[in-house]
Amino acid sequence: MRNKNIILCGVGGQGTILASKLMAAAAMKRGMEVKTAETIGMAQRGGSVFSHVRLGEGLQSPMIAPGKADIILGFEPAETLRHLPFLRRGGTVVASTSPILPTSALIGQASYPLEDILRHLREHTEKLTLVDSETAASALGSAKVLNVLLLGAAVRTGALGLTIEDIREALREKVPARFHELNEKALMYTEEKRTS
Amino acid sequence: MHKEFLMGNEAIALGSIAAGVKLVAGYPGTPSTEVLETVAKRNPGDIYVEWSVNEKAAMEVAAGAAYSGARAMVTMKQVGLNVASDPLMSLEYVGVKGGMVVMVADDPGPISSQTEQDTRTFAMFSKVPLFDPVSVAEAYEMIQEAFDFSEKYHTPVFFRCTTRVDHGYEAIEVKDEAEYRKVEMEGFVKDSSRWVIFPRLSLKNHGQIEKRNRELTAVLSAYPRNAMHREKGRYEGGSGGKGIVTHGISYMYALDSMEKEHHVRILKVATPFPFPEELALRFLEGLEEVLCIEELDPVLERALLEICGRHHLQVRIRGKLTGDIAAAGENTMLSVGRAIRFFLGLEEEQPAEPADIPLPVRPPVLCAGCPHRASFYAVKQAMKGKKTIYCGDIGCYTLGNAMPLDMCDTCLCMGAGINIAQGVGHLDKGMKCFAFVGDSTFFAAGLTGVVNAFYNQADMTLIVLDNSTTAMTGHQPHPGTGRTVMGQVVEKVSIEKVLRAIGVATVETVNPLDFAEARDTVKRVSEEPGVKAVIFRSPCIAVTKPAASSAVHAETCIGCKKCIREIGCPALVLREGKAYIDPSLCTGCTLCEQICPTGAIGGGKKNEE
Repeated sequence: MRNKNIILCGVGGQGTILASKLMAAAAMKRGMEVKTAETIGMAQRGGSVFSHVRLGEGLQSPMIAPGKADIILGFEPAETLRHLPFLRRGGTVVASTSPILPTSALIGQASYPLEDILRHLREHTEKLTLVDSETAASALGSAKVLNVLLLGAAVRTGALGLTIEDIREALREKVPARFHELNEKALMYTEEKRTS
Repeated sequence: MHKEFLMGNEAIALGSIAAGVKLVAGYPGTPSTEVLETVAKRNPGDIYVEWSVNEKAAMEVAAGAAYSGARAMVTMKQVGLNVASDPLMSLEYVGVKGGMVVMVADDPGPISSQTEQDTRTFAMFSKVPLFDPVSVAEAYEMIQEAFDFSEKYHTPVFFRCTTRVDHGYEAIEVKDEAEYRKVEMEGFVKDSSRWVIFPRLSLKNHGQIEKRNRELTAVLSAYPRNAMHREKGRYEGGSGGKGIVTHGISYMYALDSMEKEHHVRILKVATPFPFPEELALRFLEGLEEVLCIEELDPVLERALLEICGRHHLQVRIRGKLTGDIAAAGENTMLSVGRAIRFFLGLEEEQPAEPADIPLPVRPPVLCAGCPHRASFYAVKQAMKGKKTIYCGDIGCYTLGNAMPLDMCDTCLCMGAGINIAQGVGHLDKGMKCFAFVGDSTFFAAGLTGVVNAFYNQADMTLIVLDNSTTAMTGHQPHPGTGRTVMGQVVEKVSIEKVLRAIGVATVETVNPLDFAEARDTVKRVSEEPGVKAVIFRSPCIAVTKPAASSAVHAETCIGCKKCIREIGCPALVLREGKAYIDPSLCTGCTLCEQICPTGAIGGGKKNEE
């Protein structure tokens, strides 16, 4: 298998770190080398955050160069677009369409051009899966499992080289038992939407 | 041995445990914090671990352990080293018996720091040898070697990482408990000719330290982690007479940017001080041009320039000083890849252009329901129309500078706000001077400032933002919390009592989430003469559970946006022209309920403690 370069991006508090941990655990079970790097510290207080995840063999840097990511998991539209230069030609994007407005936009000091952002993503990404995470949150009864939901959608694109079963197994190991049911529902959410 | 998926800082902790460390002290600071936390978590039972009140205390506590023959480690971020520099400068002259590692995390970028200072430069200044790993796996091995080295040469050593190694993750092989090094400790042995620093001892030891460090350039040239790729491997040869010298995470970026046909000779420097000079001379042999790829100061570049000068070598040394590598900021895969291609005369790769859509910047903000927001808002409302200065400090509350609060006029370093407020006030009598300090920072660096203010008759209001934790770095205990990192319950140091003992006559404690009471307290207290204090006490939202979130009655909301405009809470957004509260973020602090002009917000409830 070719090495996989994965970028997760979003807003501090959205759960990007757990998603990268689950991927890492699943890949290690498959005997792959794993290196990751992520935002820890001040930016976690609602700032832009990212995780770089590299799976495969002979890995050196934990960070991914622009134009070299196989897949971007975007937890928030503006953050997805901010990280788009990392995507390789023909790469895959799985992204939430629900914006989180920074304070500057809320108090009218900056604009948030959601329609332009989504249009750009549609026009410049061949392999694009968009998830309406607000609808998903009300269907699942929680907004806290967007990370696992996007991970499920990403696995289904085939771009990760991991299976749903790999992630499910990692979930059961890494997440407290009382959250298993909710997380497994989130993992299957995009599948059920596709079949229903 | 077994495999674990570890953060760099966790690997450093496990490596130090495997090396037989017996005492670890430190003060929290990104990106260093997880080292000490992991030692506490994975303690086999015989390691004493403490969060010290500040880095100077931590350094001295660790020195005591090392004087006793035990292996000791002290952890801090790069600016913390400034606080600990007084004991460290002298400690290098005195030396240690047990191995002592000074673990310092540098922060190129800077991502969460005030400065881009380079601990490698500090190593040269303090004459303390320094180890600088390239990866999580190497950090685990190297920290163990650093302890051996320290013990062998009776000197403290620096173990310096940068953010991408500290916070990178890797699956690595680590030792089982049975493989940990067992170190017998002799205990402190009286010897005033060794442990008491006097000018005569300093002179004698200074000479010996300089001699030792000169000798170490040869010793460290044979240290396998200082390595040259020459004889075999991808970088065979050195055709074109070009070489690259690099270190830390930049070494990994360089390897990933290199293609097989490049044939560049690479020198990886693990100990920039003392610099492995003999190895560098072999590396330079036959080269015409060298690119130094490093972060922060041009340490490797200057070392090579010095060697070329001393040995009359005609090698062109390029790097930060020639503008080939950026003078400031973090290196990235992009910047290193570009620099290498330019150095090798290769065509520049064109990365994808960013979209031509203006994206809003997204700086970090105070969390929804953060009590600091309420404290800042109370002071702001109390002082409306008055001439004020708000001196901030280091912690989550530095984020009070952002709009719409705009309540942080200065921020310099730990504890500085209290003294800056005095300096402003002594010359501008019409100014209402406020200093904001967090509870952990108060103990770490604020006490002396308050004594200074009281003694020197300053006129100022001290605002202590007591959220009962060290929040910014991930909720470490401190002297005011009544808990230690070892899990003991101890007597709390009371901020009120400390302030009163200094002589501050007016000290009032108030819950900032009670807006009217908080505002009126500030109004009243700030009118008193001299030094006075308000303690805003309300726990960090990350350590308390919310009870019920607030909600907006859409019929009553007139869409005036006062709540959004004035307090900037991330849970408050605008939906169809009306305020809306995201229930997954709201913690029920009720600040917005208290300021809504039409009473349209309700239902929020904090958990009773």
